[in-house]
Amino acid sequence: MSSEKTPTSLLIKGGHLIDPAARIDAPMDVLLKEGYVAEVAPPHKVKGAVAEKFDARGLIVAPGFIDLHAHLREPGQTHKETIATGTAAAAAGGFTSVCTMPNTVPVVDSIEWVEWLRQPERSAVVNVFAVAAATRASKGATLTDFRALHRAGAVAVTDDGKPILEDGIMRDALVLGGELNFPVVQHAEDTRMTENCSMHAGARSFRLGLRGMTAAAEASIVERDVQLAMQIPNARLHIAHLSTADALKSVRRGKRAKARVTFEVTPHHFTLTDEDMRDYDSNFKMNPPLRSASDREAILAALADGTVDAIATDHAPHAAHEKEMEFERAAFGITGLETALALAITRLHREKRIPLARIMELFTAGPARCFDLRGRGSLARGCVADVTIFDPKKKWTFDAAKSRSKSRNTPFDGWPLTGKVVATIVGGKIVYSG
Amino acid sequence: MNPARGSLLGIEHLEAAEILRLLKFARRMNPDKPRPLLKGKRVLLLFYEASTRTRSSFEIAAKSLGAHTVLIQAMGSSIEKGESLLDTGYTVTAVGADIIVIRHPNAGAPYVMAQHVDVPVINAGDGLHEHPSQALLDAYTILRNKKTFKGLQVAIVGDIFHSRVARSACHLLSKFGVKIILCGPPELVPDIATTIAPGVRVTRHIEDALRGTDVVMLLRVQKERLSGMKIDLPEYIARYQMTPARLKMAKKDAIVMHPGPIIRGLELTSEVADGAQARILEEVRNGVPTRMAILARATGKMR
Repeated sequence: MSSEKTPTSLLIKGGHLIDPAARIDAPMDVLLKEGYVAEVAPPHKVKGAVAEKFDARGLIVAPGFIDLHAHLREPGQTHKETIATGTAAAAAGGFTSVCTMPNTVPVVDSIEWVEWLRQPERSAVVNVFAVAAATRASKGATLTDFRALHRAGAVAVTDDGKPILEDGIMRDALVLGGELNFPVVQHAEDTRMTENCSMHAGARSFRLGLRGMTAAAEASIVERDVQLAMQIPNARLHIAHLSTADALKSVRRGKRAKARVTFEVTPHHFTLTDEDMRDYDSNFKMNPPLRSASDREAILAALADGTVDAIATDHAPHAAHEKEMEFERAAFGITGLETALALAITRLHREKRIPLARIMELFTAGPARCFDLRGRGSLARGCVADVTIFDPKKKWTFDAAKSRSKSRNTPFDGWPLTGKVVATIVGGKIVYSG
Repeated sequence: MNPARGSLLGIEHLEAAEILRLLKFARRMNPDKPRPLLKGKRVLLLFYEASTRTRSSFEIAAKSLGAHTVLIQAMGSSIEKGESLLDTGYTVTAVGADIIVIRHPNAGAPYVMAQHVDVPVINAGDGLHEHPSQALLDAYTILRNKKTFKGLQVAIVGDIFHSRVARSACHLLSKFGVKIILCGPPELVPDIATTIAPGVRVTRHIEDALRGTDVVMLLRVQKERLSGMKIDLPEYIARYQMTPARLKMAKKDAIVMHPGPIIRGLELTSEVADGAQARILEEVRNGVPTRMAILARATGKMR
């Protein structure tokens, strides 16, 4: 962390700007003034006096990254994470905005809690946007007050951790969301088919004696929801952490039919498969689970061809005592804020040759569009001064013990990675420099 | 932390030569002629799940080698009060356990334990995953009856999906080139089961499974593990129950095995269970010398 005061102006000089929303992929200087982008110009063209300069030679300058899906665990589960520690991890990972999931204790299903999340006492170092519960206490029975939650600043609704399972409730949610232009986020899992399951159903789950979640348990819910989104006027459906080739087919169909369907994929699903788990290591246990190699291939293809809207972390911290136990009993979820960019660069850019500009879209403009985060996801003049500066060639090794998150549950501990955040700027202020 | 030397967590990662070494050593073990290979050692039997055969067999094996045994069952111990698997592991190690024998309803529990304690851990059955000592005593029984694994065909009939015995048996027999046929309805014998090891195939027809078979291994339908799965038992009996007539379809000198507990009138008839080809009680008997070998190996005394 550096500079306590926000400088009145900051010139980011000599970097290579990638701003997919503004269709810029060129050397550019960026001038930030009073919390907003004041000017974007070719090298040495920004005139006038500036308070501070940031030397970005050899670095990529991008709009601040937006994570649509993180569990910051407040209120109520501060032994796993707090908004302070979670946003510190976000800043280290280059995220300037984090959408926090409502499956807390209590569930964030009222305007009071949405407002609570934004209070300065939470000590957030990046922007926190609330995703509120879609049903009361996320019990799946009665819709929350979408109108009030929307007005209070929630950016979407979801029962994440659980699906909105009942057909009628999901239909009502999409109808109401459609009226308000409010995205409904689905955790797509037919839980009637996944009882006692702890990994993907396949050869490996059979060998390990673990009950498996079938791809159909995800795909059937996605198919139903896409059908609903195609029927209901203005409905906005966002599929969280999509992980299977079959679910992807439904989403592609919905997008072709011009339904307002968006979706995110996680770094772990494009990096790992169900074959990667060794010795019942619960750092490989998350929901949705690591899928088959062919599912991963389908996701990689969709990342490359522009179908995927956003990369989201599904950062899900848990204390050691909730993970170091019988695999079947261990909590679902892994941390992800600090490794997302490097995994994207290492796996998608260096191995799969996906252009950095496309990857930046998945971290910036794409997620901003999914949840209508106006003034973010771009560095066009007048946008909020949220900036991520990184070295795309820097090689480093991720050390979970040094994580800024309160938790250490990651399968990527000790992984050699390429691409590292150098500075994270929120509202014109440098909140992380590495 | 890597599992301590001498741990036996599963058959899958055990080499064929090591299996033969164990089986050879087991032949020299005799509970009626005790050998003090484990004199003064403490064997902790940590049973999170009910067991008759495996528990008593390990206990007798340990005592025959001169060890002290302590049995801890989930019911009536701190486990019932919510103590975690690892804390129980640290506790029994602190108490002075030299070997931990663990039976657990969750797959992989012995792996998790072995990565955190510094004494050998022996898997006495973990969820649906493996039951290595059973596979070894079955291999011992097969070798006693058939002399060699060479050219053998083994049919395993019944609830393969829920069976750790079947998984361990497949791993073991496959390492010796045995042809393995898994037989039962798709709910209990999914097609994916063929991927577990080389030489494994699946059939839905009992005749197909029995033709040319040297060993018929029967498994119980584990009602307690079905978890919502619907199995039509009369239909199962009609198609898969081992009867004297069906047994005739196998090789004339075929033997019938079953890890127990057997349910007469379900997966087999009493005539088969008590018949001349049955080796079910011999398996139980062979459990003791096999487990003596496993315990001796755990302490580095298998020489």
